[in-house]
Amino acid sequence: MDMQVSFLDRLFDSGLLIDTGVEGLYGRSGEFEGVIAAFERLIDSIGGADGAEAIRFPPGMNRAFFEQSGYMKSFPQLAGTVHSFCGCELDHISLLKCMEEGGDWTEGQKATEIVLTPAACYPLYPTVAKRGELPMTGGLYDLQSYCFRHEPSNDPARQQLFRMREYVRMGTQAQVTEFRQQWMDRGVKMMEDLGLSVEIDVANDPFFGRAGKLLVNNQRDQNLKFELLIPVTSEVKKTACMSFNYHQDSFGLKWGLNLEGGEVAHTACVGFGLERIALALFAAHGLDTKLWPANVRKVLWG
Amino acid sequence: MNETIRNLLAKVGGLPVAADGLADEADLYAAGLSSFASVQLMLGLEEAFDIEFPDSLLNRKSFASIAAIEKTVATILSSQKAA
Repeated sequence: MDMQVSFLDRLFDSGLLIDTGVEGLYGRSGEFEGVIAAFERLIDSIGGADGAEAIRFPPGMNRAFFEQSGYMKSFPQLAGTVHSFCGCELDHISLLKCMEEGGDWTEGQKATEIVLTPAACYPLYPTVAKRGELPMTGGLYDLQSYCFRHEPSNDPARQQLFRMREYVRMGTQAQVTEFRQQWMDRGVKMMEDLGLSVEIDVANDPFFGRAGKLLVNNQRDQNLKFELLIPVTSEVKKTACMSFNYHQDSFGLKWGLNLEGGEVAHTACVGFGLERIALALFAAHGLDTKLWPANVRKVLWG
Repeated sequence: MNETIRNLLAKVGGLPVAADGLADEADLYAAGLSSFASVQLMLGLEEAFDIEFPDSLLNRKSFASIAAIEKTVATILSSQKAA
């Protein structure tokens, strides 16, 4: 049995996470949620003064926008689409019969207009584009959503449904790269204040297939993605708890995000993996928050 | 080879300028070649020249200009012949 399973088992035994029978799909206890709520307040206390516009989308997005995003080009293996029964009464009878016989009843399910949100900021771009040109000061947005990625695993830090808190900056290249650097500095300080050992490294997204290798190399060569890494289940293979992504003008071009005067907007996003940060805290300080170091408790709960 | 590459670039490159007008050394990324277009270009080159890009050549430099692509394809062709 490896380290990951044992940390997951300890989380189950302590009741912090609740087994549902599906890898990467867990319930959370009140204590676990309390840590996430406290961490989100910490984010607010640091980022709040920046004046971001808060928007909350549900964890599903418009399928048309999802298609337009190009997600299926890069990550077809991770996407989750919502399907429903759309048949008549006769179809219903066949469906029940199929289920009773243990057949594949899902075969007849039809795609709905909803796709599970893969990252909290995905629904934002078309929403902002619809409003028209951005002012020269650009835009700053605060998002949080449950996100879905189909990657079953017994690593508790790799869940299929998890929450991502994000800030997204749109504007000139200088504005968005400064934003990204600011949050890298803030992120390191936040984690250090929480007694977590942290490092920042260049990273890449899990692009699909052999052609994806080219995209991975492109992304790394251009330093487009950085991750803030903290040990959760392993000291050697650390877990990305924050990511800092610079999209250049690719989302601006894709969605028609323009600054006043017509210049294409550059965009960047900074994401917090909320469950991963909670897990990093539990891994570092133990499974009982009452026994966490006083200075860490003070940062989180005052 | 140069002409095949230019034809492919015109077909899948998605450049806002005509591929014909580009100098061999012109920076294709500056001319508007996107990451996804470079993937299409790579797949197109593999088919056109019956080659397979090794991981070591799957990078931005390989597709930086028409001259760079020619050099990359020539490298792969000669290593495939040697193998």
